[in-house]
Amino acid sequence: MTDARAAARAAAGRISDAERRGTAAFLAWSEGALLEQAEALVRSGATGDLAGEVVAVKDVIADRQFPTTCGSRILEGYHSPFEATVVRRLREAGALIAGKTNCDEFAMGSSTEHSAYGPSRNPVDPTRVPGGSSGGSAAAVASGAVDMALGTETGGSVRQPAAFCGIVGIKPTYGRVSRYGLVAFGSSLDQVAPFGKDVRSAARLLAAISGRDDLDATTLDRVPLSADALAGPDAAPRSLRGSVIGVPREYFPDGLAPGVRAACETAVATLRGLGAEIRDVSLPHSRYAIPTYYIVAPAEASSNLARYDGVRYGPRLADHPADVRELYRVTRGRGFGPEVRRRILLGTYVLSAGYYDAYYRQAQRARALIRRDFADAFASGVDALFTPTTPTTAFKFGEHLADPIAMYLSDVFVCTANLAGVPALSLPIGRSEGLPVGGQLIGAMEAEATIIRIALALEAATDARAEVR
Amino acid sequence: MAWETVVGLEVHLQLLTRSKMFCGCSAAYGDPPNRNVCPVCLGLPGALPTPNAHAVRLAVRAALALGCAVHPRSVFARKNYFYPDLPKGYQISQFEEPLATGGALDIVSPERGAVRVGITRLHIEEDAGKSFHDRVPGMTAVDFNRSGVPLIEIVSEPDLRSPAEARAYLTALKQVMRYVEVSDCNMEEGSLRVDANLSVHRPGTPFGTRTEVKNMNSFSGVERALTFEQGRQIAAIEAGGTIEQRTMTFHAPTGEVRPMRSKEQSHDYRYFPEPDLPPLVLLPSWVDEIRAELPELPEDKRQRFVRTWRISSTEAAVVTASAAVADHFEAFVKAVGAEQGKDVWNWEANDVLTHSPDGESIPASLSPARMAELFALVKDGTVSRQASRKVLAEMLAHEGSPAAIAARLGVVQERDEGQLAAWVTDALAAHPAEVARYRAGETKLMGFLVGQVMKRSGGKADPKAAGAALGKALAG
Repeated sequence: MTDARAAARAAAGRISDAERRGTAAFLAWSEGALLEQAEALVRSGATGDLAGEVVAVKDVIADRQFPTTCGSRILEGYHSPFEATVVRRLREAGALIAGKTNCDEFAMGSSTEHSAYGPSRNPVDPTRVPGGSSGGSAAAVASGAVDMALGTETGGSVRQPAAFCGIVGIKPTYGRVSRYGLVAFGSSLDQVAPFGKDVRSAARLLAAISGRDDLDATTLDRVPLSADALAGPDAAPRSLRGSVIGVPREYFPDGLAPGVRAACETAVATLRGLGAEIRDVSLPHSRYAIPTYYIVAPAEASSNLARYDGVRYGPRLADHPADVRELYRVTRGRGFGPEVRRRILLGTYVLSAGYYDAYYRQAQRARALIRRDFADAFASGVDALFTPTTPTTAFKFGEHLADPIAMYLSDVFVCTANLAGVPALSLPIGRSEGLPVGGQLIGAMEAEATIIRIALALEAATDARAEVR
Repeated sequence: MAWETVVGLEVHLQLLTRSKMFCGCSAAYGDPPNRNVCPVCLGLPGALPTPNAHAVRLAVRAALALGCAVHPRSVFARKNYFYPDLPKGYQISQFEEPLATGGALDIVSPERGAVRVGITRLHIEEDAGKSFHDRVPGMTAVDFNRSGVPLIEIVSEPDLRSPAEARAYLTALKQVMRYVEVSDCNMEEGSLRVDANLSVHRPGTPFGTRTEVKNMNSFSGVERALTFEQGRQIAAIEAGGTIEQRTMTFHAPTGEVRPMRSKEQSHDYRYFPEPDLPPLVLLPSWVDEIRAELPELPEDKRQRFVRTWRISSTEAAVVTASAAVADHFEAFVKAVGAEQGKDVWNWEANDVLTHSPDGESIPASLSPARMAELFALVKDGTVSRQASRKVLAEMLAHEGSPAAIAARLGVVQERDEGQLAAWVTDALAAHPAEVARYRAGETKLMGFLVGQVMKRSGGKADPKAAGAALGKALAG
């Protein structure tokens, strides 16, 4: 174990520096809390896979040390009386929790511009967004403040910011990681997902939080992944001979930013150079992903966010409501920001009598087809799919705020994996005009090890800081 | 042409589990407010439900007892609505794919006799908390102890034809559910709740528009409410009006049924599959195991009692009121001999059940073995049937064998014929006028004379023997 106390002090210094530079990655953190955890760890003599590692946690994940606000006014000052299973597992693995990171309100957004507490900045270019919704966690890692952070995914909310910030993000198979204590947005899509400064860091973090949890009935009945097996010192293969990597043509549309296309072509060439067989494949139903996602996720959100009614916790934004309807109206009208209100309205609409069949049920059918596309591709002998993570590099603040659809489309390549439940990761594959480009590897259900292995090889063979030609 | 009333019932039963449906909190009734709560049943951000296997077992048992098809796969669904005592803003229930469908319950209708009532569906859900509008002036207080308590909802077909039939259905349903120990079906404590759908029409024409009646807090309240609503609907139609499909509420003090405020009705619940819970998949072998464990149901028991113990079906109904009564009756018969079925029924119905506090349980002091001893004392003439009641009353409060109690009470019958003859002679001598009238043909005076002998014996004479001795003396 590295000296946990020294690690904590150093991390506190780095966080402090990054925050002073205006990254605004954290909503709450404290040097004192870090040092206390380090003391306790040293005293207990505990060892674990993450002993002394400092980890930042997205603010939609409940812990007892810091408030859990979900980037929302409606949970301002809310302290959870219990901690999420993933936080408990981090502590058990010896990790030190640095603090809670900024995000779009209730994880709804792609830039952190929808946080009630202001946006985070992309450490690579502070005029640009870090992506979202887990932008605070991505910025915390990209700024060098921490090596690892937890984000969450509903429709690409870890892979997209990982791509924008030039780091690694892994979306696990649905059910691989417990959602207990993750404040729900779209329950059938949500997964806690790790960020790392490199593939190995993200994989180690994934291993620490994975495995069945009796408190989450949707977890897979599997033992935790092994950090050593996923990303031990010798895990990076020198050759990918025997691996088949599919390149789905639907993920390379005409509108793809030239720099992103170029970086992906370079990465595909690198994979081929490593001995992998590159195969052209098709995922024809991926084009329905955005409309499907924007029915399923808001529908579940409209129900999941019904509990924020001002009755039991959170600020009473109506001081003397005339009746309970008014209490709801004022609390929810003032407590939620515009994007959350938009999605609640959307979700309520698609579940309403007379519209359910046309929207929600139809979306479930489309989702099944999207899932089948992936199953068919992997059944045909493909080990992993390679795509760009995002259609563009990080955009500027305000660029998409007035146009929600343009904002939603930044997740067009990532939300399919959430709908299908399959694991996927993003890793940096180069830079375009100085901005990081992310490449995405998508695996079959439960095949995290496969995509991590390929990512380790690609990472080792790539200069992620090099400008693409 | 007469009106026909059509009723269907939706019954919610609280399952007899120790813990709640989706968390480990106690499901106990009557604890101080907000004692039995946790992040899950309070709907705190990030909490998730995990199903209670025992609740599922009880729900399956209920479904099998009603002859339903239990589906190998059912799906939990969210029923969305806002209410301060509903902490998540939705209730976890089942909707498109319920646990069980297509059962039946046999009832005895006061008007139509034996009727088979169809069961449309049975599904599992969680309860909401409870709002109190009268505890704190100007405010509503909420107690979440009940939040998440497991319930089943049992929906009947519209097969009932009168308010009295509705009540008979509820009585039969309660009996079955108590037999299989699924629910204690206590309406006062809210472990059984009823919503009723009622319409009226002319026989042979399509059903009329129905209204839903809520807020009934007893079986008699259901009957009263439906009688009122049936009368209201008929009167409205006969006056040339129409029935509006809406929700009504029963006001017990006046017996009236009134429309609920409009904003309390016509919810769009926006049901959709509960993403926090995978489909509920039941192994056929597990369901078969539960089926094999089912006790004999009341209707089967009644039929068997008629066959085995030679009693009428009405009599059988009395001693099958509960499984405890039926078991007691049967042990009692077996202890004294199957040929005594009818007599034992008499004892059970007229002596034992008199001392039952609720018609469903029997004091331990009247155990079948002890009752059989007392029964034998009467049969062998040691104690008169009349005196046996005194002995039984004494048995309730005191230990000891019935024979010892009878001796202590001094009710053991005198069998010395000389003694009996002396009492007879004495009685006849004391009542010459009655003797003369008897001899003149007024034979009903025998009862009086037997009474006189019994009086002289201090209850120790055997009335039968006294009658015989009197007869002989008077004939002489």
